[in-house]
Amino acid sequence: MDYGASDPAAGNVVRSTQYRAIKILLAGGFGVGKTTLVGAVSEIRPLRTEEPLTEGSLRTDSTTGVEGKTTTTVAMDFGRISLRSDLVLYLFGTPGQQRFWFMWDELAIGALGAVVLADTRRLADSFPAIDYFERRAIPFIVALNCFDGARRYDTEDVRLALDLDPGMPIVLCDARSKESAKHVLITLVEHVLVTAPEEQVSGIA
Amino acid sequence: MPSNDERWLDAEAGPVVRPYALTQGRTRHTGESFDLVATVRATRSFTDPAALAPEHISVLQLARMPTTVADIASDVDLPLGVVRIILADLRELGLVAIGTPIVMAERIDKHTLREVLNGLRGL
Repeated sequence: MDYGASDPAAGNVVRSTQYRAIKILLAGGFGVGKTTLVGAVSEIRPLRTEEPLTEGSLRTDSTTGVEGKTTTTVAMDFGRISLRSDLVLYLFGTPGQQRFWFMWDELAIGALGAVVLADTRRLADSFPAIDYFERRAIPFIVALNCFDGARRYDTEDVRLALDLDPGMPIVLCDARSKESAKHVLITLVEHVLVTAPEEQVSGIA
Repeated sequence: MPSNDERWLDAEAGPVVRPYALTQGRTRHTGESFDLVATVRATRSFTDPAALAPEHISVLQLARMPTTVADIASDVDLPLGVVRIILADLRELGLVAIGTPIVMAERIDKHTLREVLNGLRGL
């Protein structure tokens, strides 16, 4: 087949502007409000993957009863926030359970940082995500989604329960509120900025 | 063993075709790997649509303006893995360029972080 038939003079060459796409990860257990939070602050869009299971994920995935299944479908929460025409934030929310870590491995590369969304009624659901980001030294914060009727905990009690460092921000949020979701993201970026090593300033003229 | 599924194996089978049928069963793309938010753009016009599968054409059309792998996957409503293979095919044909996004750097520089912060505050 001849694919060289297009006429270069016809144009349509897209000029490359420096388009900067920044990834922020959102982790948390099932039903913790990830989709709600992404939808509150960004234009939420469908994104699904049908990923071949790697040997690594087969080992951690409890696929009892579904032996022989070699691909897995994961629906991600995917949100896009245009900060400027050339600077766009991409939010990726995927389940925090260990069996989805093969997804996280890719999502985490080069990410700005992560938000672990937690429900105080089921704090243990956020342990795997916290472990994941701590082990890989990916900067993250914890956001407690304050569900209606859920008992409000003091963030310091949560810090103890999750065994988080004193400097690690823990914020209360209402995942339905745009302002609240914005505050969560701002807290993350501020945390990354404060903890970023100084040498990163070099190279900026 | 006959099953109910067999009645779908006709011209109307479209919607039940497994996504990777679009890629002739391939689950890995060719060439250098690229990030979920790598920038994709069409490099030249393509005047022979008959030579490409409809999904390849859809992807190519979306890339006329710089966009990202994730944006394209969402727009064409195909699994990311399938879109990756289609994009790699198009790259091999010289029809798209797939960039290395700025985020592939070890960490995002402070200047960019401040820009992000200001952008978020202004939302």
